[in-house]
Amino acid sequence: MIAELGFGILVIAFAVAVYSAAAAIYGGLRNQPAWAESARYGMLLTWPLITLAALSLISLLLTGHYEVEYVYNVTSNSMPTYLKITALWGGQSGSLVFWSWLMSAFASAVTLRKWDRDREFLPWVIAVSSITLAFFLGLIIFSQNPFVRIWVTPSGQQLLSMVQPAGASLAVVADGLGLNPLLRHPGMIFHPPMLYLGFVSFVIPYAFAIAALVTGRTDDRWIRITRRWTLVAWLFLSIGLFLGMRWAYDVLGWGGFWGWDAVEVAALMPWLAGTAFVHSVMIQEKRGMMKRWNMVLIILTYDLVIYGTFLTRSGVLSSVHAFAQSSIGPVFFAFIGITFGISLGLLLYRWPELKSEMQMTSVLSREALFLLNNLLFMALLVVCFWGVNFPLLSELFTGQKVTVGPPFYTSATGPLWAGLLLLMGVAPLSAWGRSTVKTLGKAIWKPFAASLVVLAAVIAAGTREVSALIGFWLVSYVILVTLYEYLRGAWARHRRAGENLLLALWRLIGRNRRRYGGYFIHLGVVLAALGVIGMQFFQTNTQGSIPVGSSLQLDGYTITYRSLAIFDTPDGRNVARAVVDVYKNGAFLAELYPRRDYYYASQQPMTIPGVRSSLGGDIYVDLVDWQPITTEGATFKIYHNPLINWLWIGGLTFVLGALIAAWPDGEKAPAPSEAPAKEAALPGKA
Amino acid sequence: MRSATLKIAFLLAFALGWLYATPVSAQQPTPSDNQVNAVAHELYCPVCENIPLDVCSTQACAQWRDLIRQKLAAGWSTQKIDDYFAAQYGERVLAVPPLQRSFNQLLPGLIGAGILAGVGLVFWTLRGSLRSVFVKTPESTPPPPPPTVDAELLDRVEKDLRQRT
Amino acid sequence: MTEAPTDIPPVARPVRRLPAWIIGLAFIALIAFLAVLGFELKSIQQGPILRGQQVPAIVLNTFEGTVVNTTDLKGKVVVLNFWASWCVPCEGEAPALESAWNAYKPEGQVVFLGVDYVDTEPEARAFLSKYDITYPNGPDLGTKISQMFRITGVPETYFLDREGKLAYSQIGPFSTEDEIKAIIDPLLK
Repeated sequence: MIAELGFGILVIAFAVAVYSAAAAIYGGLRNQPAWAESARYGMLLTWPLITLAALSLISLLLTGHYEVEYVYNVTSNSMPTYLKITALWGGQSGSLVFWSWLMSAFASAVTLRKWDRDREFLPWVIAVSSITLAFFLGLIIFSQNPFVRIWVTPSGQQLLSMVQPAGASLAVVADGLGLNPLLRHPGMIFHPPMLYLGFVSFVIPYAFAIAALVTGRTDDRWIRITRRWTLVAWLFLSIGLFLGMRWAYDVLGWGGFWGWDAVEVAALMPWLAGTAFVHSVMIQEKRGMMKRWNMVLIILTYDLVIYGTFLTRSGVLSSVHAFAQSSIGPVFFAFIGITFGISLGLLLYRWPELKSEMQMTSVLSREALFLLNNLLFMALLVVCFWGVNFPLLSELFTGQKVTVGPPFYTSATGPLWAGLLLLMGVAPLSAWGRSTVKTLGKAIWKPFAASLVVLAAVIAAGTREVSALIGFWLVSYVILVTLYEYLRGAWARHRRAGENLLLALWRLIGRNRRRYGGYFIHLGVVLAALGVIGMQFFQTNTQGSIPVGSSLQLDGYTITYRSLAIFDTPDGRNVARAVVDVYKNGAFLAELYPRRDYYYASQQPMTIPGVRSSLGGDIYVDLVDWQPITTEGATFKIYHNPLINWLWIGGLTFVLGALIAAWPDGEKAPAPSEAPAKEAALPGKA
Repeated sequence: MRSATLKIAFLLAFALGWLYATPVSAQQPTPSDNQVNAVAHELYCPVCENIPLDVCSTQACAQWRDLIRQKLAAGWSTQKIDDYFAAQYGERVLAVPPLQRSFNQLLPGLIGAGILAGVGLVFWTLRGSLRSVFVKTPESTPPPPPPTVDAELLDRVEKDLRQRT
Repeated sequence: MTEAPTDIPPVARPVRRLPAWIIGLAFIALIAFLAVLGFELKSIQQGPILRGQQVPAIVLNTFEGTVVNTTDLKGKVVVLNFWASWCVPCEGEAPALESAWNAYKPEGQVVFLGVDYVDTEPEARAFLSKYDITYPNGPDLGTKISQMFRITGVPETYFLDREGKLAYSQIGPFSTEDEIKAIIDPLLK
C-alpha cells in the first residue's frame, strides 16, 4: 500500500517536472511570463511531492517491510532506528530518491527568490533545474525503483515487480540483509548527504549560467546572483570530502585517509573544477574579465558531477566485483552527451559577446595570479581525469586491466599542490589591476623572512627530506602571510579608528567576510596540508605477532598486548576485541581496544583500529589476526601517523572560513547593490 | 614541540630501519611481517578493487601474504615476486604497472610542459595588453607617487566598510 | 589585437563570430570524449561473449603441468568452472561437479575444466585433494580467462556446446549433480 503510494507520487512528481521544463522553455522562447509562472508553480510542487515519496520509503524502512527489495537490501531487524532512516541513502535507488529530494528543495528555494530584476532568467533557470530533476526522477521510475517488491508465484518462483504479477502473492520475509557494515559510521551517515548537497547545489549556478547564455545577458549578473549558492555548494562538497577522509581513517583500518580510489577521485574532480570556479568568479566580479572561462568552469563542474555519478553508479569502474550490473549507464551517457553538447553549443554561440571588459595589466596582479591558480587546478583535473580513465582505456586497447593508484597520483599531483600553496602565500598580497615586483616584494618580505626562520628551525630539528622541507616551509609561509594580512588590516583600523585590536579584527572580518573568510579557508587548507605532509613523509608502521604480555616497538612507543575477548553481539556480529597498552618512553599513555567485527549476515569482516590521538600524531593499532581459541597470541599492525590531526583541525577551520564567507548579509538579501564603490568606473558596463 | 617529535620520529624510524636491515632477519627463519608487508604494499588485492594487499583484511589476502612469505623464504627478490603476481593475477595487481612506470617518468615533464603551454596561451591572448606593461607604462606615464602600503591598505579597508552600507 | 594602451583599456570591438573550425574542433573533442565513454560503457554492458557466440580459444595450464587448449576439444561439450579455494560456495558445489564429471567420463563426450580464479597454488592444491577433484584444473593466469567471460565472482560455470559456442552460463553455485546434468544432456543430443 505504502509502496504503491510512494511510487505513484514519484510518477506524479516526474510528470510535474517534465511539465515544468516544457512550460518554462515554451514561456522563455515565446516570451510569455504566464507560462514561466506556471512552470515555477510546478517546480514548487515537486518538493512536497518528493518529500512524501521519501517519507513513504522511510516508513517502509522503519517498519521492516522486507518484501520491498530495497528495504530487504539495506535494513535488518537488529539495526537501530537512526540507521534505518539513514538507510534511505544507503543503497543506489534510495540515494537517488534522496538526491532528487535535495535537488527539488534547492530548485524550489531558488524559484522563491525575488525575480524582479532578473525576469528573463527565470524560465531558463527553471528549465535547467527541472530537466535535471526530471532526469533523476526518470532514472528512479524507469530503472532504479526503490519500491519494487518481491513476489512469489504459486510455483514458488520469486519475481521482482512493482505491480502484482497475476496469481502471485507478496513474499513474506522476516529479516533483511542489513546496511553494509562499512557504512555504519557517523562519517558515512553524513558523508553522502553532504556530497549530494554539494552536487545538487552546483546545479543552481549552472542553471543561471545557461540562463545567461540563452538570454544573452552576459554581464556578471548571473555570477552575482549565484555567488552565495556557489560558495554553499562548494562548502558542502568540501565537507563531504573531509567526512569521507575521516570515515576512511576510522573505518577502513589501513592507517590512511585517502587512497586515490577511482570513486574518491570521481568525487574530487567536481571539487577541483568548482574550486577553480569559486576563485575565478571573483576576477569577473572585480575586473569584468574571464567571462568565457567562468562559463567553461561551471559547465565543467556540472558535467563532472554527472560524470562522477555515472562512473560510480554505472559499474564502469568496478567490473570484477560489480555484482549488480546496473542498467543506468546508457541513460547517464545520453544525459552527459546532451547537456555537454547543448552547453558547449550555447557557449560557442555567445563566445564573442563574452569578451573581457578589461585587459590584464600586470603579470603580478591578483587577477594574473588567480589565472595561474586556475591553471594549476585544471592541471590537477587533467591528472585525475587521466588516472580515472587510464584503466578503462588500457582495458579497451590492451585487454589488460591495470590499477592506477597512489604512486601515480602522489607523484603527479604533489608539485601542483605545492604550487597552489605557494600561490596562496603570494596572491593575497598582490593588488587587483597593477602590482609590480616592488610593491609585491614590499608586502611579502616580512612573512617571507619569518618563514625562513621556521624553516631553519625545522632543519635544525633534524628533518632532511627535501620535499618535506619544502612542504613545511610552504605551510609556515602561508600561515604567516595570512596572519600578517589579518594583523595589517586590524592594525590599520586600530590606528585610524582607535579601536582596540581585537575589536578591530572582529569588525574587519565582519565587514568583508568574503575576503577574510577566504583567508580563513586558506588557513584551513594549510593546516590540513600539515597533516598530509606528516602522513606522506613521516608515517611509519610495523607488524608483529606477539604473545600476551609482550610488546611491539615503534618510534619510541611501546604497545603491549594485554588480553583478547571474542564474543557475539545481539546485532549479529562476532567481535574479537583486544586490549593493548600504549607507553611512550616508558610512561603509560593509554589503553586501546582494536577490534575485528565479523558481520554474519553479510559475511564481511571489519577492522576497527584503536587510536590514541594527540596534536603530534596518532598511534593507530589494528588487530590483524589472533590464535582462535587460546587467544594467547595475536598479530597487530601499528601505525604512527605524525601530525594527522592537523588534517581534521584544518578541515574544521576550512568549514568555519567557508561559513564566514557564505553567511547571508541580512540587510541586503535578494539583490545586492551593484557595489558602487567597487572599481570606480567600469567602462563597458552600463 | 612538533619539530622535537619529528626529530624523535625521524631518528627512531632510522634506527628501526637499521634494526631490521641487519641481524634480526638472521634470528627469524621466516621473513617478518614487516618484510612481507613491504612487498605486499606494492601490490593490490586481486579480488577487491583498489585495496593494497598489506592492508586488506579478507582471508584471500591473508593467503596471498602467506604466499609472499613463502616466496621470500625461498629467497625470491621483490621484483621476482611482483612478476610472479602479475603473471598469475594480471597486471592490475601491480601498484605501478610497467606501462605506467615508463609513463610516470615522463609525467613531471608532461605536466610541466602542460602548465608552460597554459601560461604561454594566456600570455599569447594577453600579448597586446602586456606590451603596454612591459614597454609603455614605465617610460611614458610616470606613475603617481606610490602610496605607502599602509595608506593603501587603509583605503582598502575603509572601502570595504563603505561597501557594506 | 593591439589596443590604444590606456590605463584601463576598454574593449569595444565589433562582435565577431567564432571561426567555424574552432567550433568544429570543440565539438569533435566532445564527440571524442563521448566516444571513449561509450566504448567503456559498451564493454561493460555486455560481456564480450554472449550466449550462442563462439568462444575464443582458451588455454589452461593445469596444475599437473599439461596444457589444455579448447580448440582441440571441438566436438565435445566443455564445462568451464571458475572457482577458488577461498570461496565458500565453491566448496559446496565441488562434490556435485566431481560426480557429474565421473558420470560423463566413460563416454568421453564431455570435458570438465576447472579454472582457479585468483588463488594461491598451495591452497588450491589442498582444495583439489580435499574434494578429490579428478578433472583438469589450472590457474587463471593473468585473469585472462575470467576477463574473457567477465565473471562477476566465483563460482561461475560456463557450458560450451560441441561447436565451441557458449550454450549456458551459471552464475553462483550448483546444489546438485542433477542440475548440472540437466544442462549438459540437451547439449549432447
